[in-house]
Amino acid sequence: MSQVAIVDGGGANIASLMFALERLGHEGVLTTDAGVIRAAPRVILPGVGAARAAMERLAAHGLDRLLPTLTQPVLGICLGLQLLFEGSEEDDARCLGIIPGTVRRLEASPDRPVPHMGWNQLTVTRPVPLLAGIASGTHMYFVHSYAADVGAATVATTDYGRPFTAVLAHRNFQACQFHPERSGPAGARVLANFLAT
Amino acid sequence: MQFRDHRVVGGIIELAARYRDEGADELVFYDITASPEGRSVDRSWIRRVAGVLDIPFCVAGGIRSVADAESVLNAGADKVSINSPALERPALITELARRFGSQCVVVGIDSRVEDGEYRVYQFTGDPDRTRASGLGTLEWVDRVQELGAGEIVLNCMNQDGVRRGYDLAQLAAVRARCRVPLIASGGAGAPEHFADVFTTARVDGALAASVFHSATIRIPALKAYLRDRGIEVRP
Repeated sequence: MSQVAIVDGGGANIASLMFALERLGHEGVLTTDAGVIRAAPRVILPGVGAARAAMERLAAHGLDRLLPTLTQPVLGICLGLQLLFEGSEEDDARCLGIIPGTVRRLEASPDRPVPHMGWNQLTVTRPVPLLAGIASGTHMYFVHSYAADVGAATVATTDYGRPFTAVLAHRNFQACQFHPERSGPAGARVLANFLAT
Repeated sequence: MQFRDHRVVGGIIELAARYRDEGADELVFYDITASPEGRSVDRSWIRRVAGVLDIPFCVAGGIRSVADAESVLNAGADKVSINSPALERPALITELARRFGSQCVVVGIDSRVEDGEYRVYQFTGDPDRTRASGLGTLEWVDRVQELGAGEIVLNCMNQDGVRRGYDLAQLAAVRARCRVPLIASGGAGAPEHFADVFTTARVDGALAASVFHSATIRIPALKAYLRDRGIEVRP
């Protein structure tokens, strides 16, 4: 049983992530404490909610400066992926700037409602340890209105009106736009892969 | 009233685990007597169900405030679904969307055909308190989207519990003015009903309870059936 620091960005539904870690034999510790986060063997940056509000909450605890300096494995989930970029179109938020680029809003169409909510397939573009055992075509569960364009850090994509970054890997930072804690056995595998890194 | 005579279908945790293992794509937990009884859904149940689930989990039942929703989400729900409380105080939809994002806010609508018009009903969890809200279904669908609903579950009451198929005409009428995900509810009795509602009414999801609880339809067989008909489903 090893501890995973879960950065408390103010989202309400962290319980499902805690339960998922528990099922994998790990304990999640929800925290905004810089010392706890710096010392943790692994860090998860989750988040459901708005980019600006999440960044303000991180900044209030000095975490906007701390997170880019972390060297242990970090996993961003959903908004946590978007916050790794320089900025987001959502409220023109300035984000952590770990990965170049700006997160853009998904475009709605009559057959493609936004938020994008539901199961959608991955296309793996670069095999990385985080995606061990995950083949292209695997369904994951997405809930989001904004997405990162495909770029140098992208290791898997999903298409929703346009292809976007579903999974990325950049130095010690990895992230998925979908919710691994709510993506069935495939999602659990991604979390287990992260916990094994 | 198709809602009369609710049956106890067994242990909730066992049922949740069964649906998880069978490949359900989302679980919705309705405490349908919560609103008519003036209480809100039991948090300890939510926590126990969430603990075994690795699929999206939506909870409904007497959620009347941001604080109610927050405690339900903190107990492990991913989304909250509101029905009667939204009719009593529509601003609740906006308050929830502002605090948690619209993706968290599902509005459930109980609708029935009355003199050729679709009408919204309230307190449908208790047959003795069920009443017309005075709202037309299509105007309420427009309104809840303006207020911030991220998903609509349309329960067609004329069909509910009778297993003769979803109300395709009503769902198609709502689909035409629904820009957020639309989930069909009420009437599923056979695999072809699911195929019909996806192809004819173009809904984003189909919800059913009794046919799954009773194992009249098993989810793996249903998914194989839909896949054979060219409807994309998660294996």
